[in-house]
Amino acid sequence: MRIESETDLAEAVKGANGPLRIKGGGTHDVGAPVVGEVLEVGIVGVTLYEPGALTLVVGAGTPLAEIEALLEDEGQRLAFEPMDHRVLLGTSGVPTIGGAVAANVSGPRRIQSGAARDFTLGARFVDGAGRVVKNGGRVMKNVTGYDLVKLMAGSWGTLGVLSEVSLKVQARPEVQASLVAEGLSPAQAVRKLSAALGSPFDVTGAAHLVGGRTQVRLEGLTGAVAYRTKALQDGPLAGFELVEGAASAALWAEVRDVAPFAGTDAAVWKVSVKPGDAPRLLDALGARVSDAVLDWGGGLMWLAVPDTGDCGAEVLRGEIAKLGGHATLVRARAETRAAVPVFQPEPTPIAALNRQIKAKFDPRGILNPGLMGV
Amino acid sequence: MQMPEPREDILARKDRIVSRLREVLPADAVIDDGIELKAYECDALSAYRCPPMCAVLPTSTAEVSAVMKICHAEGVPVVPRGSGTSLAGGALPTADSVILGVARLADVLEVDYANRFIRVEAGRTNLSVTGAVEADGFFYAPDPSSQLACAIAGNIAMNSGGAHCLKYGVTTNNLMGVKMVMADGEVIEIGGAHLDAGGLDLLGLVCGSEGQLGVVTEATLRILAKPEGARPVLIGFDSNVVAGACVSDIIKTGIVPVAIEFMDRPCIEATEAFTGAGYPDCEALLIIEVEGSEAEIDDQLSRIIAIAERHDPVEVRQSASPEQSAKIWLGRKSAFGAMGQINDYMCLDGTIPVSELPHVLGRIGELSDQYGLKVGNVFHAGDGNMHPLILYNANTPGELEKCEAMGADILKLCVEVGGCLTGEHGVGIEKRDLMGVQYTPEDLDMQMAVKDVFDPGWILNPAKVFPLDVSAARRG
Repeated sequence: MRIESETDLAEAVKGANGPLRIKGGGTHDVGAPVVGEVLEVGIVGVTLYEPGALTLVVGAGTPLAEIEALLEDEGQRLAFEPMDHRVLLGTSGVPTIGGAVAANVSGPRRIQSGAARDFTLGARFVDGAGRVVKNGGRVMKNVTGYDLVKLMAGSWGTLGVLSEVSLKVQARPEVQASLVAEGLSPAQAVRKLSAALGSPFDVTGAAHLVGGRTQVRLEGLTGAVAYRTKALQDGPLAGFELVEGAASAALWAEVRDVAPFAGTDAAVWKVSVKPGDAPRLLDALGARVSDAVLDWGGGLMWLAVPDTGDCGAEVLRGEIAKLGGHATLVRARAETRAAVPVFQPEPTPIAALNRQIKAKFDPRGILNPGLMGV
Repeated sequence: MQMPEPREDILARKDRIVSRLREVLPADAVIDDGIELKAYECDALSAYRCPPMCAVLPTSTAEVSAVMKICHAEGVPVVPRGSGTSLAGGALPTADSVILGVARLADVLEVDYANRFIRVEAGRTNLSVTGAVEADGFFYAPDPSSQLACAIAGNIAMNSGGAHCLKYGVTTNNLMGVKMVMADGEVIEIGGAHLDAGGLDLLGLVCGSEGQLGVVTEATLRILAKPEGARPVLIGFDSNVVAGACVSDIIKTGIVPVAIEFMDRPCIEATEAFTGAGYPDCEALLIIEVEGSEAEIDDQLSRIIAIAERHDPVEVRQSASPEQSAKIWLGRKSAFGAMGQINDYMCLDGTIPVSELPHVLGRIGELSDQYGLKVGNVFHAGDGNMHPLILYNANTPGELEKCEAMGADILKLCVEVGGCLTGEHGVGIEKRDLMGVQYTPEDLDMQMAVKDVFDPGWILNPAKVFPLDVSAARRG
């Protein structure tokens, strides 16, 4: 069923007598397959937009495209640069802001600006008992009570169903430019990206397509971007070539949406590690990995592997246990996702906390049961 | 401010509890002498004082764990304490509680420039985190005014901000991982040197939970490369309304200053008398600081000044040297001290939408007349985080109560216009009884349910954050 108001949402959850599969725009079928009645959040519309305060409050079902268009009219944007999952996952549907927040979806700019969770100022949601709860607000600094907004961001609809979110937005920069090099090994690329990110030049993107480009992005006032690109070319990024404007933007859309993996039948892992560990992890996985895209200076790894067996889960997670980090199986056949834990299994005490939190927020266990393995 | 009555059954067991703590801690790490305990009877909200039953100063996570196991078994309330600089009473003890101070956990454990993080023990002071990396060109961004003294543990507990968080975010945006001792003594790790959570974002939940979910003993923090330079401009206006409009216009353009600080006339006059910083005689002034290379700074400041000129400023004062920059900041940095010289004061930190600044400042002026108490406003205007300083005389009977009533009215006003009770100081005891203004019983119940998970016995800092009547059933 499609729900168009918070009141109806609360009623629907309260009245549910079985598991619910929470759906935003339906672009992002991730996690262990959930059996249940589909509950589609169609609460749309802008409650408040104050460009001068960088604040936007919207219904959780509002399409991202509408939000981006609205912001663009005022010269603003979402800083966390959410990806369009349709490209990677081959899905249709319309990406929504609620989906982006619920999955904490953040693109290349996360390394500099922060994640979706960092730009979500407040949320209203319906918990598993059908109670309407709000947390946070619409102001940029707010430490009043516990930060349940962070908990909701990235909880994939397993703790509550978002009805409304408040976001901090960002002014669009005057210009962007990229510095690009070809032919670097992952280890060489990560060292270059690290040097750029450790410079005072406010790099807003640092990525490497294994076997292809290494790219660094700068955004801001025209003069500043010109100065910074030159300073980097004169320093740690000697030999990198300048790409400007729309051509630069296209490079980052490709990384954001993991476009190189589009239309293939490989399984895809999303891995978060310390950037410097990325080359070591690639070495450890060896030929299992058919393609890889590194973002966030190496800290975010998109790995394509054959969709067979456990998709390399044991080896991958074994390495991660030594290094720190986590791996999520974002794309695989439903049978694979039913057999392989999609989310990183947590250490026992953390898993216990997760289970108990789930039980408090969703006492009947009806919201996306099993999706996160809890 | 009401606090729970100390439990007689705990006080009666004091000797046993103290001797058990001595068994697991170094000899000088357990304090139960009445005179020495005076040091722990309050934090920076010094209007409220109560010596704890005892204080412990463990030197390792293992010792913190041992302390928690004993307190958990004995059912003793534990009040975690960083450096005791909380303005909200976050570290205020009760007579039956153990103060758990983390000041002796102050080591740097790991510095990694290639991956841009530092791992420290949580008792380390905020400024000394930057101190550990600045020679190599890095810094830790959150900069609360108390950064010389305040501990990372307290910053995490309160999700502290500072003047520069307009650009760099607050603690939660710069915290990557923690080691934490749970109420029952179990040690857990959340997050690490990688970004974001693989499952539920427990790190985001712990940050800002005011020491009620666990005792953080280690933290992994994001460090950033220092900008090439920074420079402020001072702009004076003949009304608060115009200054507020100027802030909004600057933010809209896409220039991201590192700080936009606002002072109103009472505050300007007080600091002028105190420091002689040479501020213009005006109703409101902004200090706006930008970063970058010399050319980038010139570019940004010229754009900011062009916007300001459209608002008929009474003065635009640019800095041509580090000395002049220091002089521009002098009054702002001395503002609290200057107000403190006039009288005792209470510092609020409600946050409001930037667009509501003129209205809220006007209403604060009216409340000031109504209560007969002077107010100075000095705050982080870029993000709407206000700091009204209400002057009162603590020695005049009834004046503290009057001041608190006025403070409550201002905070209710902040919520009414779409803001919140506290932007960076935390709820503690100070705003505890106002939580119902911002949140419904269901909202608060959901938050308390989280504490039930982490601390089922409610022994960690139990009398804070939630109104006492609301938490009574859970506190037992």
